[in-house]
Amino acid sequence: MNKTLLIAAAGVVALVLVTGYFVVSASKEELIVSAENANGEVAAVAALKEAAADLENGEAVYDYWCAACHDPGPGHPGTQSLAIKYDRERPAALEERTDLSPELTAYFVRNGFALMPFFRKTEISDADLRDLSAYLAREE
Amino acid sequence: MILPPDVSQQQFDQAISLFQRAIGSDWVFTAEEDVGLYRDAYSPFWGEPEERMASAAIAPASVEEVQAVMRIANETSVPLYPISTGKNLGYGGSAPALSGSVVLDLKRMNRVLDIDEENASVLVEPGASYFDLYREIRAAGAKLWIDCPDPGWGSPIGNALDRGGGYTRAQFRNHFDSHCGMEVVLPNGELLRTGMGALPEAQTWQQYKPGFGPWVDGLFSQSNFGVVTKMGFWMMPEPEACLIGRFYADRYEDLPALVRILTHLENAGIVNGMPGFGSPLLQRRVPADPQGDDPNDTTAIDQALHDAFYSGDAAARALIAERVKSTGRSCWSALVKFYGPERMVRLQWELAKERFAEIENIRAGEPEIYGFPLSDAELEKVHKPTFGIPSLSVFNYGIRTEGRPEPLQGHQAFSPVIPRNGEAIFEANKVFAEIFKEEGLPVPPFSLPGCVWERTLMMIFIFPTTKDPAVNQKYRRAFHKLIPRAAERGWGEYRTPVAYYDRVMATYSYGDHALRRFHETIKDSLDPNGILSPGRYGIWPQRNRKSEQ
Repeated sequence: MNKTLLIAAAGVVALVLVTGYFVVSASKEELIVSAENANGEVAAVAALKEAAADLENGEAVYDYWCAACHDPGPGHPGTQSLAIKYDRERPAALEERTDLSPELTAYFVRNGFALMPFFRKTEISDADLRDLSAYLAREE
Repeated sequence: MILPPDVSQQQFDQAISLFQRAIGSDWVFTAEEDVGLYRDAYSPFWGEPEERMASAAIAPASVEEVQAVMRIANETSVPLYPISTGKNLGYGGSAPALSGSVVLDLKRMNRVLDIDEENASVLVEPGASYFDLYREIRAAGAKLWIDCPDPGWGSPIGNALDRGGGYTRAQFRNHFDSHCGMEVVLPNGELLRTGMGALPEAQTWQQYKPGFGPWVDGLFSQSNFGVVTKMGFWMMPEPEACLIGRFYADRYEDLPALVRILTHLENAGIVNGMPGFGSPLLQRRVPADPQGDDPNDTTAIDQALHDAFYSGDAAARALIAERVKSTGRSCWSALVKFYGPERMVRLQWELAKERFAEIENIRAGEPEIYGFPLSDAELEKVHKPTFGIPSLSVFNYGIRTEGRPEPLQGHQAFSPVIPRNGEAIFEANKVFAEIFKEEGLPVPPFSLPGCVWERTLMMIFIFPTTKDPAVNQKYRRAFHKLIPRAAERGWGEYRTPVAYYDRVMATYSYGDHALRRFHETIKDSLDPNGILSPGRYGIWPQRNRKSEQ
């Protein structure tokens, strides 16, 4: 899976959430998305089928990769760091956030921040990232 | 995209196409944004031309696929660089030692193949992390502890091969020593099993380490002689109890005796957990002390006091004595840990108290005794790896805090092995402080060494890595001076970031670099085409060796 598909998947999820559609509704659609790279050329065209995010898998990805740093409570460096950054304006634990767009989650997973390294696709695949991003962006 | 120095685009393209055929194109990463994820997130060369960059990455799912890609590498002369989980941040991460190498990402080979509770051993693949192993052991209901490093998301195989360490009993916290049996894909694609695994019908692969004939396992640690695809490890049976105690000494000159007594207790098998030294007066935490000081404590450093610790002359000792008196804080502390039945650890604690009583006015703190499993309240407070539980809480050392609004971006460690005595601790502090001064760097607080390894001590100086080349250059310059100056004193590093492999290897120079030449002889014999991890730990194949070496 390539970057175009990643952007596309994230975009679909964002669109679905913003417009209020139930996430699963996207699964029946077939979307063809293209994206341009920095040189202005079309990097790739991806046919995105069955694009609905699997929230259950998203939660599993969160538990496996993110929880050890981002769960609530002491001993979670990500949470402790964000608690200082947001000073109670926003929840420090990622699962309690309501403002995490899928694009933002995808950005941090693939670019890292401070001591948090970026994650390879053998660790968090594009499909897992789509599910994770949707899970963190879900509306309870 | 960067190619290896002596590989043409045509050779590279041919290799990629053969890799795709061998393991499937989904697992051959060539797109810039995918390959970029193999950069070393903590690289001291970040953004500079010397930053080690992969040309591509491939992720086989089986031993047979690893063998296949090794053969392709030989056919096309494209070098591979295996990583297990790629999480040895500060030591290279998932980036190769030679730019242009294709990273051989073993993350998909992540199975825990065997958990033998009776033998207290496991057999794992390289992509399995300490967290994976912990979960599998729990799921199997086995009462076995893992010895985890900090942080715990790395690979037991990768960490053992890098000769990393942990926190529990000596025989387990030396991760390479705790292994029992390997399976290795050699550079020519042949499959080797070591120890008893060389018997085709082996029944004791994870029970008897050496097998028959030369014990070759060490050749595959800190090297580039093969790709380890399976490794057995001995585990610690869950103990009934863990007792953690502390001794406090007031006089500056007590340190040598403190080290000597603790070393004896450890060598005699009485202290069996990882010990440590601290200084309550300097508010220096003993690593892995659950009651240690806050790693992000922002209390201002009392420079006069640190200067006194560095100096140690009569006036300095008088100042220290005065501060001990006025603050009520001891000059030194020694942390001792015991794992075993409660009756036994209480007895070991008593024996330790008897020995430490040789030091005038030594005081023993009230010990903590833990039973298992730990309660939720205990789990919130303790240093989890001390109790065999993987954790990422060590990242607390660099996160954003009230006193540090910008979190750290990475780190690198200078870690020379020094003799296990108090005099060496004093001397090492002085030698390294001098170099920091020469380089215009802030002199760090007086440092106490780690006691991960038996019989020896290890100083650990952590330097930041950043995304600013000017800052990184400054610390690299310091490294370039620290490495040879330590070697002049007979102190060598146990491990180092990729950026300093050659410099550290150059200090192990006895007999006109006999050891390095021995490595090269083995390298050229096992890997004549130089396709496996060129440059790793300062071992270069013939094709890359510089003429001056």
